[in-house]
Amino acid sequence: MEPYVNGFVETPAGLVPRVRTTLLGSDIRETIVTRIGFGRSDFKVIPGLYCVGNPTPQSPVLVTANYKLTFDAVRKELGGLNVWILVADTRGINVWCAAGKDLFSTEEMIISVRSARLDEIISHREIILPQLGAPGVAAHKVRKGCGFKVIYGPIRAEDLPRFFKRGNKTDEAMRMVSFPIKDRAVLIPVEIFLLSKLLAITALASFVLSGFGPDFFSFSAAWTRGLGAVCATIFGILSGCAVVPLALNKLPWREFWPKGALTGAVAGIICALLFSGTLGYLESTALVLWTIAVSSYLAMNFTGSTPYTSPSGVESEMRRGIPIQAGTALLAITLWMIAPFTG
Amino acid sequence: MENFRYIDDIATLSLDKKACIGCGMCATVCPHQIFEIQEKKANIMDFDACMECGACAQNCPTGAISVTPGVGCASYIIANWLYRLTKKKVNSVCC
Repeated sequence: MEPYVNGFVETPAGLVPRVRTTLLGSDIRETIVTRIGFGRSDFKVIPGLYCVGNPTPQSPVLVTANYKLTFDAVRKELGGLNVWILVADTRGINVWCAAGKDLFSTEEMIISVRSARLDEIISHREIILPQLGAPGVAAHKVRKGCGFKVIYGPIRAEDLPRFFKRGNKTDEAMRMVSFPIKDRAVLIPVEIFLLSKLLAITALASFVLSGFGPDFFSFSAAWTRGLGAVCATIFGILSGCAVVPLALNKLPWREFWPKGALTGAVAGIICALLFSGTLGYLESTALVLWTIAVSSYLAMNFTGSTPYTSPSGVESEMRRGIPIQAGTALLAITLWMIAPFTG
Repeated sequence: MENFRYIDDIATLSLDKKACIGCGMCATVCPHQIFEIQEKKANIMDFDACMECGACAQNCPTGAISVTPGVGCASYIIANWLYRLTKKKVNSVCC
């Protein structure tokens, strides 16, 4: 039995697992591991009907995704309540992303309601969906398909108790997305972790390329210059994946690539100063340019983690940003490679 | 989301007022609260806040709203470009 299940409730359609509304140490450990970036693709809850407390046929039905972190976020807000939880099969993807991929979809809602035999267990005909599932679900078609009326509940699970207190009604604040610093901060570890393989390859290439010079290849140059190049890459990653998300609304410009270029320039200058004893003018310039290119590119990729960037907008900023990033990176590598020959 | 504004005049959102029956579903589902129902018709109050998620169009019972929905994610768009170029599936770090 899964550790989050602590009993069963009998229904006309069979036993329904009752889940805890507090997270165990194992839940928290799994969450941390997932947030860092391990085992992210396989973190699922078995789809189907669950419950908290002692729900009756009149109790409300919440629908959610079968991503474990989503399931945890919902159940931990339901302490003291009697609620059914219908977990749709979104292949372990959260509600918002699953809705965009047609996994949290009209069809999936109809299938979930039917396979849980909800009509035999529940006396009313309403299901409460998270509002962020709406891009994938046509409420009127769900009703036609399975007889259950879709009510869109709050965006954030933490608003569920307030939603129930208001008689299953949302208010404006519950319907508006937000992107506070804590939501941006939790995304940083996984963004950085996913780059570790690319960083290893870049580091190896940096050491090799840094060794070439007038003596054809110098191991000492490979080491001293290579360290500078690796440092610039790491600074670029931290700048684009951590500084930009944290300072997102404090940085100028609406597009993301210039935000990243700006923080990258600052990070690059710090990096160049750290290595000012061993590197020349051209090399320092190359480090700053490289950090700018890396940071700008990664900041641009952070668009995917925000709840306010439109695909049309992202595509248009990419058409401006990518040529500049590529040009800057190329210039950085060129300066870096010719620097040993100019000393 | 007052603190966060993205690029203006670029969303593909459009509303056909003649087809609108004023049911208010768009106002309910929009995560940026850009619609308001006035005189039994939906109105777009804040066009530039649209992130093209498609929730409004999906839930409009009369098809009065159109928007090209998609994922506002650079790495996903890059993965798609690479796929078109190479015909090989590229994993995106996006969800």
